[in-house]
Amino acid sequence: MTDNELIWRIAGGSGDGIDSTSQNFAKALMWSGLNVFTHRHYPSRIRGGHTYVEVRAKDEPVQSRGDGYNFLLALGDSFARNPQEEAYYGKEELKPLYENFDDLREGGVLLYDEGLLDEEDVDEIGLEEAAEENNWHVVPMDLRGIAKEHGREIMRNTAGIGATAAILDISTDEFEKLITQNMSGDMQEANLNVLHDAYEAASELDVDHDIEVPEGSHDEEQVILSGSNAISYGAIDEGCRFISGYPMTPWTDVFTIMSQHLPEFGGISEQVEDEIAAAALALGASHAGVKAMSGSSGGGFALMSEPLGLAEMTETPIVLVEAMRAGPSTGMPTKPEQADLEHVLYTSQGDSARVVFAPANIRECYTQTRSAFRIAYEYQIPVIVIYDQKIQGELRNLPASHFDEEPNADPGSVLTEEEIQDAAHHSSGKFQRFLHEPEDGSNVSPRSVPGQKDGRFLATGNEHNPSGHISEDPENRIAQMNRRLNKLDDIRADLDENTSHQTYHGPDEAEYGILVWGSQQGTVFEAVDRLNENGHSVKALGVSDMAPYPKEEVSEWLESVDEALVVEMNATAQFRGLTQKELGKYGDKLSSLLKYNGNPFEPAEIVDGFESSIDGEELAASNMKYLPAAGD
Amino acid sequence: MSAFSAINEEREIERDEFTPGIEPQATWCPGCGDFGVLKALKQAMPEVGKNPDEVALFTGIGCSGKLNSYFNSYGFHTIHGRSLPVARAAKLANPNLEVIAAGGDGDGYGIGGNHTIHTARENHDMTYIVFNNEIFGLTKGQTSPTSPKGHKSKTQPHGSAKSPIRPLSQQLNAGATYIARTAAVNPNQAKEIIAEAIEHDGFAHIDFLTQCPTWNKDAKHYVPYTDVQQSDEFDFDVSDRAEAAEMMRKTEERLYEGEVLTGRMYIEDERPSYGEEKRQIGEMPEEPLAERYFDEDAEWERTYDNLLEHHK
Repeated sequence: MTDNELIWRIAGGSGDGIDSTSQNFAKALMWSGLNVFTHRHYPSRIRGGHTYVEVRAKDEPVQSRGDGYNFLLALGDSFARNPQEEAYYGKEELKPLYENFDDLREGGVLLYDEGLLDEEDVDEIGLEEAAEENNWHVVPMDLRGIAKEHGREIMRNTAGIGATAAILDISTDEFEKLITQNMSGDMQEANLNVLHDAYEAASELDVDHDIEVPEGSHDEEQVILSGSNAISYGAIDEGCRFISGYPMTPWTDVFTIMSQHLPEFGGISEQVEDEIAAAALALGASHAGVKAMSGSSGGGFALMSEPLGLAEMTETPIVLVEAMRAGPSTGMPTKPEQADLEHVLYTSQGDSARVVFAPANIRECYTQTRSAFRIAYEYQIPVIVIYDQKIQGELRNLPASHFDEEPNADPGSVLTEEEIQDAAHHSSGKFQRFLHEPEDGSNVSPRSVPGQKDGRFLATGNEHNPSGHISEDPENRIAQMNRRLNKLDDIRADLDENTSHQTYHGPDEAEYGILVWGSQQGTVFEAVDRLNENGHSVKALGVSDMAPYPKEEVSEWLESVDEALVVEMNATAQFRGLTQKELGKYGDKLSSLLKYNGNPFEPAEIVDGFESSIDGEELAASNMKYLPAAGD
Repeated sequence: MSAFSAINEEREIERDEFTPGIEPQATWCPGCGDFGVLKALKQAMPEVGKNPDEVALFTGIGCSGKLNSYFNSYGFHTIHGRSLPVARAAKLANPNLEVIAAGGDGDGYGIGGNHTIHTARENHDMTYIVFNNEIFGLTKGQTSPTSPKGHKSKTQPHGSAKSPIRPLSQQLNAGATYIARTAAVNPNQAKEIIAEAIEHDGFAHIDFLTQCPTWNKDAKHYVPYTDVQQSDEFDFDVSDRAEAAEMMRKTEERLYEGEVLTGRMYIEDERPSYGEEKRQIGEMPEEPLAERYFDEDAEWERTYDNLLEHHK
């Protein structure tokens, strides 16, 4: 636990406005000069079911969810199907209250809507005992009553914000500004009244607590957005103007953002019959000269396997995004997991020739999506951006200047008509699209685009000769296979030469290491800071390049530590397996800390996991798994 | 100026231009109906005035998928059943291309059936030729979606218990705006129908009967055939949905009774193509998207100026 931070959790039913309220709360705190980070937890249903969002706010930069939280606004589930009875899934209306007991810190504030949650029911769930034990300040308020007085019941969330502001002594100025910006007319007036009334009512209660909301200020203009925004904006800025997709959680977010904005940028979005078609359309658009993408989540991505292989074989550039959720099969659709790594690396028949990036945060979502397009079009290869439900939905502020970059619409290794006239042609008249040894000495044979004069060739998923015709000649086979696979070495060299996608954290000379990939990076970095404060000697490496794997960088780093713990959200240590396969060693140096219960790591869990691993003790927490290094 | 000077080039087109300079030896068996499609397609090209560099031919997998090995144009030999989604995106990316897709009955009515329905529904301005030989040829003679009920093969040793798919009726219901059946043994009609299909502004579906002398000897080369437009027996209005539906039902049923009916089955000229619909609602640029990437003066807006305000 760290001091001087607010972690405000709002809990209610799906449909109670939990998401939008938390977004507003986070934005208002950002405006007030704080750094914010959100963590969402929601069920796979539209109405009802316990959902919560945490907003963590600090003076210094914040890159992870915290350990538990210190303020709960429990609205109750107004969409509960079985509000009074003991239902199959427990007492639904009350879930957004009692399911949050575990993580509320000692001395925390618990504000709940007694307008919805009956006093007698609340007695039954043991709130009084829990509050006494943990020294919580319980504040029942009739938020529903306040909301109904000025408008509609749905404004309970605005009442909750007003009450929160009063209890925490936060100015309502920023909230008023938001309401004024987002609403108009009667709605605006009603919400402002609800905000003020709830503020007044809560002020009178004079709640005595120890939470201090930090104060801060920003040096430059900030923006607050999600990983899905950053991936979409990276794609648009790198000249992507075509997307095809089929809805699936959590990928839908990127698809929605792109579909809403592409027409304004002169692009095209296609919602199609299935994910096979989605990937195939992106290929068709790219073949015809347009920078294109598609994407999905686990099950939908499985359907893209064959088009993905076709992209590799025909060397058609394409960017696919894969938003992981907990599997196998339908799994837990709204819960994060990092268990599709092997799926995206190896799916589709034959030896794979693809690039896979795993951005760790919103900043990297933008830059690595841009890299993905650059690499895909320059090297004529499919590039996959793999991320998860956590990054997809979490909001974080960062300087607006991060996005102040020039666009790049360069279609990569494509010839112009004039260049085609001078390029190699087969005696049949066909353009030599797939030269064994491209003229510039690289492994990329530049392509033509349909409609260009004298550029015609055949693209085929069969093995093919330089003009694209089907060929099973052994020498041709070896030449084409080698050239396609050698592109991966070229890409590795290119990435090493340009900005590294890997992120280093902690003291260089540290004794121990923690290796992490994707969305858990920020949490690991926070844990590393705490471990060093606790007297340990630890550093961390966040890896984003899953393929081609950054062998040199990771080897060098692993050589510098005695042991390393690999932290990932899956049950079979997929990234650790990949690391050992790629590096051919370190089996006795790498142990794993795994979590796959549907919730991302908290920093304290990594601290505990690390400490028990070096002490050789059993892991105390049952929600994680420890896999020792070989020989241990 | 266009980056694609082959498109709409004003000149006479010779059918020989569509024969590759060095013709690969065909993988098709002697007497195969696929030769008929290739020939008719080449013959149609001078009629519609298209040159090899502005035609993009997308094929699936199977004997039919080899079509673009022997047809000199831009070609994309995709994967089994997926020629249509690849093809229609190319059309959206560059509407000035002449896009043709082709595949077999297994490809279009079996594994790719979903795409066949949805591409027709969307009415993309393209031509789709289904080589219908009522059999899986390249995998050596298994029962296909159009094989007659009771058809015996190594995978259906007791005879198929399934009724065949009704490709024409299905396309009518799905939304295709030009639907015809022709046969490899009727090259003149085939050429005319292909030319009409290419000129049609919308999704044109051609169910092309292609005899398989190796694996489907029962089909008897689809002779004799009747052109329904030239027969006195069939007097129907090709633009009337209900009459077309009745004609298609007869055509589908009689094929399995040994009577081969061919010709135009349905033509709807009023319905706008998908590209027109999308441009109408502002979801597709007026200029072909593909041109922009080759235009040095094109303006590429960035999200920093357009989308970031909302996040501040």
